[in-house]
Amino acid sequence: MTKRKQLLIRIIICATVAGLIVLATMFASFLAPNDPYATSAAAIRQTPSAQYPFGTDNLGRCIFSRVLYGGRTTIGATFLLVAISFVVGTLIGMLCGYFGGIADRLLMRIADVALAFPQMVIAIAVAGILGGGIFGAMLALGITMWISFARLARSHTYSMKNQSYISAAILAGKSNWYIITRHIFPNLLAPLLTNGLTQIGVTMVGISGLSFLGIGVTPPTAEWGAMINEARAYIQLSPWAVFFPGLAIAVTIIVFNELGDLVMDYREM
Amino acid sequence: MKRTVKRVLELIVILMILSFFTFLLMYLAPGDPAEKRLVSQGVVVTKEVLDAERERLGLMKPFFIRYGEWLFGVCRGDFGVSFKDDMPVGPKLLAGLANTLQLAGASMLLSLLISIPLSIVAAFRKNSIADHIIKLFAFLGNSLPNFLISVILMYFFCIHTKLFPIIATGSLQGLLLPALSLSIPISGRFLRQMRQEFLMQISQDYITGMCNRGVKRRYIVGNVLYNSTAHVLNIVALQVGSLMTGSVVIETIFRWPGIGKLVMDSITARDYPVIMGFVLVMGTVYVVINQLVDVCMGCLDPRIRMESEGHHDKA
Repeated sequence: MTKRKQLLIRIIICATVAGLIVLATMFASFLAPNDPYATSAAAIRQTPSAQYPFGTDNLGRCIFSRVLYGGRTTIGATFLLVAISFVVGTLIGMLCGYFGGIADRLLMRIADVALAFPQMVIAIAVAGILGGGIFGAMLALGITMWISFARLARSHTYSMKNQSYISAAILAGKSNWYIITRHIFPNLLAPLLTNGLTQIGVTMVGISGLSFLGIGVTPPTAEWGAMINEARAYIQLSPWAVFFPGLAIAVTIIVFNELGDLVMDYREM
Repeated sequence: MKRTVKRVLELIVILMILSFFTFLLMYLAPGDPAEKRLVSQGVVVTKEVLDAERERLGLMKPFFIRYGEWLFGVCRGDFGVSFKDDMPVGPKLLAGLANTLQLAGASMLLSLLISIPLSIVAAFRKNSIADHIIKLFAFLGNSLPNFLISVILMYFFCIHTKLFPIIATGSLQGLLLPALSLSIPISGRFLRQMRQEFLMQISQDYITGMCNRGVKRRYIVGNVLYNSTAHVLNIVALQVGSLMTGSVVIETIFRWPGIGKLVMDSITARDYPVIMGFVLVMGTVYVVINQLVDVCMGCLDPRIRMESEGHHDKA
């Protein structure tokens, strides 16, 4: 019992940190001391100071402001992608598990085949061909992301279908829609949310990785991976231009991964 | 025997789907390849020139005929010619693949050298300080994106201390840093999963029995290793995908002339035949490795063979 409590406290701490990071990027426009896109010839590659807490980059842009705005791009795109995959995957999984039949077999076969290919290799090709833009990158990663949700939702729905409370609901004359939304979905929510949480870290690495390669966001947009890619060309002159976006990525991913692990442990106890 | 035939058929179907997907991707790609090609070669584009070029490239034919012709060519090793310089794509891919295999092989070796001894230590001394440090390393390696790791390594070893050359030439010294940056995230995942696997072996009765009989530690380690070979092989196979993705990133950073750098250059130049070839080659390698590992696992570990056969009986 005490171990469970300990775990709960760690989850709360982790969730608070994660929440703070998300809030900081959401309110970037209030927190940022400078315009993230304003270039300044007078302030090129300045060391961190009171005016520029994280220094400036090659074009004299404030790195602190860009890290905040960049987080908005990276975290925003990650959350949106995970949320869309969650909705699409869960819907497909529930319908497949509940109704079964040819559509179920076909969709699960497609999922199997899609998992047989190296996902990031396909994502690089798709994002590269679509030619830049955050939506191209999201689409490229989303092709395979719905599958984990769909499989999870399907297997849970399938095992739930034979429970007596579902039979009771059917005998009571409830519609399929009613049973799915009132009985099946609430029972699925916990494992699916846990899965969503563990997907956040992976997706973030994917999006910033594609941006780093130059096939994610288009250059002037602030994004952590893209910032590191721009700044690594002059890393010997101003290491802080790489260090701070890198720190932001590392901390964010570590916090979300740890949160996912902790929640998974908590649910398994 | 029946299962082998089934596996081979499965493999062929998956490869066909992969080739179809690859071709469809290029078919749907925005922009006209004939126009792209002419523009990239610096020709002034008029309607007549464009039509002639389309005819020459066979773009006027229906979709499925073009797919068939392309697939037929690919089966004979003809991946078409590059838009950029009219050179055949096949040899380009092959040269890149050879360099990538060097890098990937070195990283895999390095990852195994790091993770097998460490995970044995972690598993046999569970909850000791060493275990916690190893767990922390595994967690960090698992979380940090590989481009960040390689930029940091490059900063410290190439610029700060000048121990290694920035641009990785063919030498062994040049290979070490890219291989290291590729193997850190992979070692992180290996450590995690291998530690788990070894712990599971240690909790078995035969190990308790050996300990009680006072068998020397090294024989126990040997037994644990031997009995988890198949699972370790599976753990390794799971990381082939991240090895491929990682090599694209790391080759771009260190300018290693592999297939990953080739594809990134081709994406910039909109050189579609090379991108198609890349997806096809990497997809095929990935699918074949996974199927081979599946077969090997059955051969190495009779328990798995029995499980999967029992499973087939039920289904």
